[in-house]
Amino acid sequence: MQCQSCHKREATVHVTEISEGVRSELHLCEKCAHQEGIAVKSQIPLNELLSTLLASQPDESDLFAESGQSEPCPHCGFTMSQFRTKAVLGCPYDYEMFETALLPIIERAQNGQTTHTGKVPSRTPVDTKRQITLSALRRQLEAAVQNEDYEKAAKLRDKIKKLKKE
Amino acid sequence: MKLTDLSRDINEWFDGSGPSADIVISSRIRLARNLAGRKFLSRCSVPEQTEILDELKDALMSLDLGDRIFYISVDKASPLDRNFLVERHLISRHHAFGKGPRGAVIAKREFFTAMINEEDHLRIQIIKGGLQLNQCAEQINGIDDMIEQKVDYAFNTRFGYLTACPTNLGTGIRVSVMLHLPALKMTDQINKFLNAAKDLNLAVRGLFGEGTEAAGDFYQLSNQVTLGVSTADIVSQFQDSIIPEIIEYENVARNQLLSRQTEILDDKISRAMALLKSAHLISSQEALFLLSHLRLGINLRRHAGASTPAIESLLALGGDKPSNKTQGLSVTTINRLFMLTLPAHLQLNYGKPLDSTHRDVLRARIIRSALNPDQ
Repeated sequence: MQCQSCHKREATVHVTEISEGVRSELHLCEKCAHQEGIAVKSQIPLNELLSTLLASQPDESDLFAESGQSEPCPHCGFTMSQFRTKAVLGCPYDYEMFETALLPIIERAQNGQTTHTGKVPSRTPVDTKRQITLSALRRQLEAAVQNEDYEKAAKLRDKIKKLKKE
Repeated sequence: MKLTDLSRDINEWFDGSGPSADIVISSRIRLARNLAGRKFLSRCSVPEQTEILDELKDALMSLDLGDRIFYISVDKASPLDRNFLVERHLISRHHAFGKGPRGAVIAKREFFTAMINEEDHLRIQIIKGGLQLNQCAEQINGIDDMIEQKVDYAFNTRFGYLTACPTNLGTGIRVSVMLHLPALKMTDQINKFLNAAKDLNLAVRGLFGEGTEAAGDFYQLSNQVTLGVSTADIVSQFQDSIIPEIIEYENVARNQLLSRQTEILDDKISRAMALLKSAHLISSQEALFLLSHLRLGINLRRHAGASTPAIESLLALGGDKPSNKTQGLSVTTINRLFMLTLPAHLQLNYGKPLDSTHRDVLRARIIRSALNPDQ
């Protein structure tokens, strides 16, 4: 169908107006619709929806403060108030660190669900805090090996071994 | 591996075969995963992102998937190549036009893609033609297990697989089924489907996923809840109840068109045929919209044995290959027209970028020559 305004482009915006019992239809292309002041809203991505949802809750930051969750994550620097704009977390550890503040958000996004069911990695997952320590130690180990500081490397290796066994 | 090796033809899952392929175009399952002990991408510096990319690329390129795999550096690819990968359903728009070092590991037969550094460190997907969610689930689970032997995933016992956005938390699974529902649209019953999806907490998207509008009667239906429900339950809900129900809705609408609204049906098919056979300029939106009606006509014959004047003349069009002439126009031919006339496909096959008018000319020419085999 052709746009009724420019008669050039394909009409993709269809407006039906019923005024005093009289029905009228208008078929426009996106450009002309825009000029006519008709808002064309494409589907909102989930993330955006989530952050809009959060932004509309003015008391949320007080909530974070009250629950002692206003401090940034020591590993990635993420704070709950940043979640409002981006709707993504900073690191896996944030799920533990900000659990109290995140729970209602997760509950809302996941239709009331808050606990995982189903697949678990075949190797026993270590908790995220330990995972972070492990990765930091591994990085230090790599650097030590590169610097040929074998004494330090051996100590780090033992530390990693010990942490893995816990 | 050159992308033009792929762009000349449709991908395997789009050849019109597979269970319930007259209504279900494709089944796709993707899993979102992140590496343990790493920050999520938005907090990573470029060197950190490169480390993640390298680690995952190495792990993925060493997998045995029973097919050749190749790697594409998405951030270094041309915009045309990126658009092509999106049209092909190999990567998401977000991945194509995002930021930072990122790449994709793709199986040559296109049933598998791993997007590295999309929103999560890793997103793997399996896609198959028709309704084959159980097979997708089995295969993706196996690949996930293989990757997990090589890297540590971020996981905790309460929330499962940890993802950058809480909307993917838990299983990290997104089940998506691409549906062709022209009869529900023609009979003004598409809201029945949209409302049912809403009631079931499912998302309806367009042909190319998040942020795209439905076009040409194609709808992508996917789950939104990823936490507290196992992968097996999500998959079986789709495979055994939701999708069969939608297929039933669409079939009832198709029968309604055949028995009581033949004029509407024949009008749509005949108009689509007339325009496609003679247009000299056609946009991809219009082509999708019109080809959708031809696809319906052919499937009504194949699956319901329908015969109306318009369907008869449609089948008499033959096809672009002599072998098709005996069986009439095939769904594969229509699917080929759908895909090969998408903007990036057109340009890649033409050998250089084209402005939209030139694309419309080329698109119309390809369609005309396929539907007027004697010319």
